[in-house]
This record gives sequence, structure tokens and C-alpha cells, in this order.
Amino acid sequence: MPSLKINGIETEVEHGMSVLDAARFLGLPIPTLCHDDGLTPAGACRLCVVEVERNGTRKLLSACTLPAEDGLVVWTHSERVERARRLLLELYVATCPSSKRIQDLASRYGANICRYDAEHEICIQCGLCVRMCEQQMMAGAIGFAGRGSNRRVSRPFDMTSDRCRQCGACLYICPVCELRCAGPQADTTLCSGCLNFATVCLQSYDHAMCSLDPCHACELSGPFRPDVRVKNELLKIPTGELK
Amino acid sequence: MPRLASVNELEAYRARLAATRDPTRPCLTVCAGSGCTAAGAGDVLTALRKNVEKAGLKDGVDVKSTGCHGFCERGPIMIVWPEGTFYNKVASSDARAIVASIADGHVPVEKLLYRDPASGQAVVREDEVPFYARQRRVLFGNNGRIDPKNIDDYLNVGGYAALGKVLSGMTWEQVIDQVKRSGLRGRGGAGFPTGVKWGFCRQNPAPRYLICNADEGDPGAFMDRSLLEGNPHSILEGMIIGAFALGVEEGYVYVRAEYPLAVEHLRVAIEQAENYGLLGDNILGSGQRFRVHVVKGAGAFVCGEETALIRSIEGKVGEPQPRPPYPAQRGLWNRPTVINNVKTWASVPVILNRGPEWYAAIGTEKSKGTMVFSLVGKINNTGLVEVPMGITLREMIYEIGGGIPGGKELKAIQIGGPSGGCIPASLIDLAIDYDELTKAGSMMGSGGMVVMDESTCMVDVARYFMEFLEDESCGQCFPCRKGTQRMREILTRICAGHGKEEDLALLEDLGWLMRQTSLCALGQTAANPVLTTLRYFRDEYLAHIRDQQCPAKVCKQLIYYEIDPVFCDGCGACVKVCAGEAILGEKKKLHTIDAAKCTRCGACMEVCQPKAVLVSTGAIPCPV
Repeated sequence: MPSLKINGIETEVEHGMSVLDAARFLGLPIPTLCHDDGLTPAGACRLCVVEVERNGTRKLLSACTLPAEDGLVVWTHSERVERARRLLLELYVATCPSSKRIQDLASRYGANICRYDAEHEICIQCGLCVRMCEQQMMAGAIGFAGRGSNRRVSRPFDMTSDRCRQCGACLYICPVCELRCAGPQADTTLCSGCLNFATVCLQSYDHAMCSLDPCHACELSGPFRPDVRVKNELLKIPTGELK
Repeated sequence: MPRLASVNELEAYRARLAATRDPTRPCLTVCAGSGCTAAGAGDVLTALRKNVEKAGLKDGVDVKSTGCHGFCERGPIMIVWPEGTFYNKVASSDARAIVASIADGHVPVEKLLYRDPASGQAVVREDEVPFYARQRRVLFGNNGRIDPKNIDDYLNVGGYAALGKVLSGMTWEQVIDQVKRSGLRGRGGAGFPTGVKWGFCRQNPAPRYLICNADEGDPGAFMDRSLLEGNPHSILEGMIIGAFALGVEEGYVYVRAEYPLAVEHLRVAIEQAENYGLLGDNILGSGQRFRVHVVKGAGAFVCGEETALIRSIEGKVGEPQPRPPYPAQRGLWNRPTVINNVKTWASVPVILNRGPEWYAAIGTEKSKGTMVFSLVGKINNTGLVEVPMGITLREMIYEIGGGIPGGKELKAIQIGGPSGGCIPASLIDLAIDYDELTKAGSMMGSGGMVVMDESTCMVDVARYFMEFLEDESCGQCFPCRKGTQRMREILTRICAGHGKEEDLALLEDLGWLMRQTSLCALGQTAANPVLTTLRYFRDEYLAHIRDQQCPAKVCKQLIYYEIDPVFCDGCGACVKVCAGEAILGEKKKLHTIDAAKCTRCGACMEVCQPKAVLVSTGAIPCPV
């Protein structure tokens, strides 16, 4: 069983687990847009990057594709990781401002400005639908076509394929079209509508959310507000301290 | 065709070859590399053969086409052996004079000799030409002496001797150890120690594979192409030695389909080596089996990245895969794979022939051996140069390259292909090795070297490379796909004079993000041209943004053309070439340019004899 160190915690995991699995096993949240437990990892959205020490140098690597190996030293929420995620989410918001999932992640990671013009694309090319169709639905009716900025999810020759059974699994798993955000200022790239929306909290606890998930009241006050979020010692390790 | 069954037979055959070849027999070798062929080397060869026949020298003089000599600027070039007389800019009409000179007892044809531009002196021998004098041609030195389609030529210059040495008693550990001790680092760009990589791969269970990466996609780079076309056996020999050291039975050469000549020469070389028993089953009677397959790539830049290349050989879409696992752990068909560049493989026989100490003595402390650069751009001597690591940029540009044409000033040197960085003229004394270049924000890359003079706009250069990389990104991972697109958008905006000062911080943030989080090296290095130009030429960015000026007068939206009333003689030449009908004026009278109609193509400036067309930058002044 490989034993590795995540945020200072020594842990042993099963063979074949990725660092993402290991971190989630420890209860450390790592955001992703292109990962699903039933599908092969892709490393496409890069949101799950973690800081990894290897041969004395530190690198950001995607946790979903990184096998949990003996002797790995991983930081899931270092300053560098947080900055990368914030900048990534800024790009994501500009690409697909109407996605609730992206807006929520942006709020959570403090991406509260967007310096790009909004694009309103309908796809972030996470590839979940392609993998879902191929690996779970055994259809393989859709795939990627093109390269670079021309890359898109497509059908063979852009025509309806006989292989598509119209099961809807691709729609079900899409992180962008699953739920459209209809915030009060839907046209601006970063609306923070969810955070400004006041709801009544049903039950209040000190350091946990109430039974509403997500509870906007809890997010607005309390420890879950991004700017007053408690600097969890487990998560935030100053970059200089790693030995 | 002999099939050589042992190392002794190989040496005996080599001795027989040497005995049958008369070293004093005149031989005319013409460079048939891509550059010289484009300049007419084929016609020169035909003319030489015809004239040799006419002069009745057919039995006494050989005419041979060889690989690239590197000095493409002066092509077609040829050498007359055994004297080694070097002729440049040869035309087919010169053939008669050349053949006559041989008949007359080897008096060099004066007008074809190279003249040193500094002293005006004629130079007779190749190694005395300043372009070659400072080079150390370990890999390319034999290009001008052998016919790439003739294995005997390669054997005659000591080819396959290293293989013989390896198979006559060395163990695989010793071979890997020698490569390690030589300090050879991968010549494909990243510079990973080759011996260490081989050691990692050998630890993993067989079957293992090896690959020669000949997918050279950098604009302006043609080193791998020249070596494949000019000396394919040196690469094969390196691969066979690698196969022995790594215990590999199957190897691949992944070469671009755009290099048909390279593919042809490689196929011929493989066939010849198989016929000689140097490749295939039971190599030189040692029991070692090794086959080489040639795979043609369809020309995607990203397929030069090793994991993408492996996917492409497997028949899948050439998209990079996350590492680890590294190819040395899990590569082709999920088996351990060593993948090295053309120049790396070609260096292996040299190391084993001359010994690792000899090789390690060339170069700097951490970068050993020689590196091949393709020197292009605003430089007098365009071509391929092979120099020891640690040579300074000054020696490279002014001594080998012959300086900047037109008396202009050097501005920057872009090293390492599209994702390398721009090094400013102020760092001219920088020693070129892996680590110094990385420190300066650039990288060794595959060895492309683009020289830029003062008429280059650095913002425009950054925009150009970003446009290239945006097209060539595979689009698989988000930061590379969107990052290159956003960067190109911002740079285009700045070039058009619509930039904001905040854009610079945004570019730096984006560059940082791409470097840190992209999946493969293409995305990780894509921001280099932008980051280095921001670091060294920030003023130029600010001039575009704050003053709406392009100091180099390149960016079309920020320049305008006007006619100097003092010099204009009203000849009307500019009116004729102006496609936008923007120039007004009658014959013999002063002409004017209507800035609103002008497309800024610059055609008027080119044709104006009295040099009355001026280009300025900044806001167009109101007509009074």
C-alpha cells in the first residue's frame, strides 16, 4: 500500500488510487470540472492541480491523473495552488458565465474580478460527455473533432449517429448545461448573485453548514464566507515551511 | 552485397573498402540538402556529370551528391576532393570551368571561391571559411563527405565502428554508463540526461521500445531534417546501440510527412543496414535482434511532444498525456519506452567511438557536447551551425553568422522555437547552454535561432508566436487552449493601439497560469515569448499602449505613410502600385497619401526611387 503525505498528514491508500481519491478520502475538498468517479481521469480542466514535491522541486500537477505513490508529498491548498485555481476560474467564468457550477466555484475560490470579455460559450470541453457515452453507455456516439480553438465535441461527420440512443447521459453529466444560473445580473460575467441572495438559515452551527445545501445565509455570514473563511491550518501551509 | 556475420567481418570489409578506394582520386561533391537543391544543386550535378563525360574523365573523376553542409546562404555549394576546395554559389554554367580546372591539375576556379567579406581574401578550404572556422562539427562533419544513399560511404568514414565496439564484448551496463559519463543531455529541448533516462527504462520489464523523434515542427528549424537527409546511418547506428543497451527489439522513427527526402533516405538506409546484417535478426552474429519502422507524422506541431507522439504512433489522436507515468515507465503500447531526438541518437556513436571523456570535454560544466542551431532571420550567414555548448551569442551572431545585414542593429534573438524566449541584444555575451538560457527566460528547445534587428516590433513578434501556438495547441487542457487564445486577443489589441496598462499584468498572470498548470510542455512554455518580451522590452509595450506608437514602425494600425514634399519628383510610380488608390497627384507634381484609404502595405515605399515615402508612427496628423 503506497503511503504518502497530504497536507502534512501521513496516509496509506490502496493501489491504483489517484492523489485526488486519496485527498477526498481524507476529506480534503479538491474542485474539478472534468472528473467523475465512474470515468477515466482526463486532466483537462486542471482545476484539481495540487503542489507536489518530487526530487527537491515543487510542481503543480493534476491530482486526478497523478497516481498515489510511495513518498509523495502533496499540498492541496497552498498559496500557489489557490492562485492557480483563482486565475483558472477567472478564465472559466469569462468562457462560460452562465454556468452555476463555475460561478459557485469562482465565489468559493475568491475569483471576484473578471478581466476578460465574456464569451458565453456553451462548452468547456471537459470531455465528461464523451467519456460517459463511451465508457458507461458503451455507445461512443460523440467525440472530439478539431484542434486548438477549433476543438469541439462533435458527432461523426456532424450528422446524427446510429450509435446514439438518445439516452441523455451526456446532458446529465455536463457541468455547464446541467443548471443554468439565472442570477439577478445574468449578463455580467461575475454576478455573485447567489451570495447576495439572502435566505433564512434553518439551523445554525458554529463551523458546519445547516441542512440546506448550499445555504446562502451560512455562506454569507459565518466561516464559509470566502473572505472570512477560517484559515484552516490543515489546508493552508505557508510555502516556506515544507521540509 | 555481403552479409556481415561478425564484428571481425565488419572490420575486414571496412579494410577492403579502404583498399579499393583511391584517396587521391578527384571527387566532386555537391550539396543536395534542401537549401542547395532549392538554389539549383540538381542542375549543377547534371551539368557536372555531363561535362565530366564530355571531357573523357568518366573513369577518373567521381561526381557525388551529399547531405547538407549547413552554409545554406551561399548555396549551392560543392567541394572538390581530395584537396577540399570549397566553392559557393555554383551555377550549372560553371560546370565546364570546374571540370577543366581538374583536368588542368586542380587550380581552383577563382570566381567560385568564398571571399571573406571583412578582408576580401579568397578562401580555398572549407574549414578556413569563417562560418565553419568556429564550429565544432561532430555530428554534421561527415555530411559533406558521404552519399547518404550509400552505406559504403558511411563505413568508409568509420561508420558502425561504435556498434562493432559495443558488440565485441561490452555489456549493456557499460554502454549506459558511458552515455551517462559523457553528460549527454536530450537534444530535443528539455535537456534530460540521456543516460539516466536509459537507466530508468532498463529497470522496467521487457518488451521495451525505443523511438527516434524526428517530428521537427519549429518554424525556421531544419537540423533534424538535414541530418536525416545527409547522414541517416549515424542515427540508425545510435538507435542500434541504444537497442542493445536497452534490450529493445523494436524501434520507431517518427518523421514528418513533409520531409519526403528524409523518409526516402531513411528507408534506403534501413534496407542497406538490413542487407549488411547490421539491423534485423542476429546483428553481426551477436544474437541481438532489432527492427526499425518508419512512421510518418501528419504534421501536427504538438506531435513532437513525446506522449503525443506515442499516441500518434499507436494510431490515436496525437494528444499529450499527463506525466507521470513517464514514457520510460509506460510509453508505447503501455510498455517502457525511450524516446530521443535525432541529434541525441546521432551523438551516441560519437560518444562510444571517441569515449565519454572526450565528449564531456566539449561544452560547459552542465551542458556537454555540441549543439546544432539553425541560424535564421536578419543575419548574413543563414544556415545550420554546430557549435560547442557554452559558445556566446556574440560569437554565434558576429563571427559565425557574419553580423546583421544592411548595417542595422541587433535587437533580439529568439532561441528555442516558437515557445522559446526572446533574448535582448544586451545579453549578447550570454553563454549558450541549457541552464543559462533557462535563467534568461528562454530555453534550448530544438535549436531554432531567429535573429531580429531593429526593424522588428517585439509586441508583434509575441503576437505572431502566440497565433502559431493557438493554432497548434491540441486544445485538450483548458489553460493552454484558452490561455493562448486570450493572450493572442490581448496582444492583437495592443498591436492595434487599443491596449490598456492593466493588460500587462493580465498577460503576466496568464503566462504564470499557463506555465504552472498546463498539461504538456507546449502549454507550459507557450507564454515564453510574451513573458520574455515583457521582461526585456516593456517600454515597447508601453509605447503601444500609452502613446499609440509602434517604435519599430511595424504594427499596421499604428503607422501611417506620408510623402516628403522635398524629395518627391512626381514620377507617379507609387500611384501605379497603390492597390487602395490612396495616392493622389499628377505627373511632375507633388503626390499625397490619403491616410483613410491607405492599407499600409508599404508597396509605395518600395518603389519610390527618390525615397520620398516616409513611414511614421502615432496619431495621423490632421491635414491642414
